[in-house]
Amino acid sequence: MTETSPTTGPLFPRDRFWHPPAYTPGYKTSMTRAPSRPLVATSSTLSEETGPAFGRDMLGERDNNLILNFTGQPAIGERIIVHGRVLDQSGRPVPNVLIEIWQANAGGRYRHQKDGYLAPLDPNFGGCGRTISDDQGRYEFLTVRPGAYPWPNGTNDWRPMHIHFSVFGSGFGQRLITQMYFEGDPLIPRCPIVRTIPSQEAIDSLVAPLDMNGGIPMDALAYKFDIVLRGRRQTMFENRLEGL
Amino acid sequence: MVQKLDNLMESPSQTAGPYVHIGCTPNFLGNAGIYPVDLGASAIREGAKGEIITITGHVRDGSGMIMRDAMIESWQPDAEGLFPSANETRGKADPNVLGWCRFAADFDSGDWTLRTVKPGPVPHIQGMMAPHISLWIVARGINIGLQTRIYFEDEAEANARCPILNRIEHRARVNTLLAKKTGDGTYRFDIVLQGEDETVFFDL
Ligand SMILES: [Fe+3]
Repeated sequence: MTETSPTTGPLFPRDRFWHPPAYTPGYKTSMTRAPSRPLVATSSTLSEETGPAFGRDMLGERDNNLILNFTGQPAIGERIIVHGRVLDQSGRPVPNVLIEIWQANAGGRYRHQKDGYLAPLDPNFGGCGRTISDDQGRYEFLTVRPGAYPWPNGTNDWRPMHIHFSVFGSGFGQRLITQMYFEGDPLIPRCPIVRTIPSQEAIDSLVAPLDMNGGIPMDALAYKFDIVLRGRRQTMFENRLEGL
Repeated sequence: MVQKLDNLMESPSQTAGPYVHIGCTPNFLGNAGIYPVDLGASAIREGAKGEIITITGHVRDGSGMIMRDAMIESWQPDAEGLFPSANETRGKADPNVLGWCRFAADFDSGDWTLRTVKPGPVPHIQGMMAPHISLWIVARGINIGLQTRIYFEDEAEANARCPILNRIEHRARVNTLLAKKTGDGTYRFDIVLQGEDETVFFDL
């Protein structure tokens, strides 16, 4: 049996130099939505170390099949499998956690009242899916490759193809929303949202490689996307007030 | 050279963007038919023990604009301070308290509402944390989810002893974390992302 991520214990502190800072002028909306005062930082407490749990019984049969889950008729686009594992920072699988995704359709259009892009809606594509990681931390989705789309920021900014990911851990302090990008997309290095991430190494960790062995011949290509959540400290020494 | 640590780096955060509702609250958005109900539609079930309260507020950005695209998640214990979590080791929480709730700002008014039970105090190695509800806020323009907490202005004694509130050096700012009583069982809690009365955000 694989050793899985512990569900109790203090969370590893977040590395704030690895994540995008709040204030990133290249992504204009962040300028008025970034706190200007320092975050109040201290070790995690029970409020962050505990969190909601979701059972598989809440999942519908097609929840992780975005090609069919809206109307039952297939969505238009290039069929892809997106699969991977949820791990913690110690490299251990994180089982039984909820993963939700949302994305534009094959033409780059979202099913949202605020999206006015001229690419058409696909009547059979809703654009969201969810699943729960298995006992090895694995998950998979069947979807269509989302199109790139333009957005108002600079005069000609385009989002690379991407899938939005929302992931739960065993503690509320592990809560994470991020985006998956596709290997080889020339729009990745040009995207102001990608570039809110300070290092190339961190950016690379959000780019899913094409996985020829993970796909289905004559049916779907696959991309592999692993997600790493905050780890938990496991020490033989209890945290004591006096420090000794 | 030294030995290598085998820690992995956390996946870097990216903004939830303007379309977070598609994935997280599709029914609220009007995209019905995929999930029977939105997840986290309520923090409690009928019969939850304790004082039932309603907290309303909005999220304002640094230009004073009320954000109509914010999505918030809350997490809290029951009235006794026990979390309805698989990893709560101190006892069994009230089965009618779900603890976690997800709510979006109204597309027209920008107001959000959380109906829940007033949480109990929770232990910390440095004493008791005053009753509080943890919040996690995402929206377009927010690169990494913002963590804050709702405390209650009518819990002055517990607040004064709370080890987390006591970490806030600029004492006047504690006020930004206090929900203001507006009536019997109702509170107001406005969140300001940036500027003069900026809410205290945590890195916990
Ligand atoms: Fe997007």
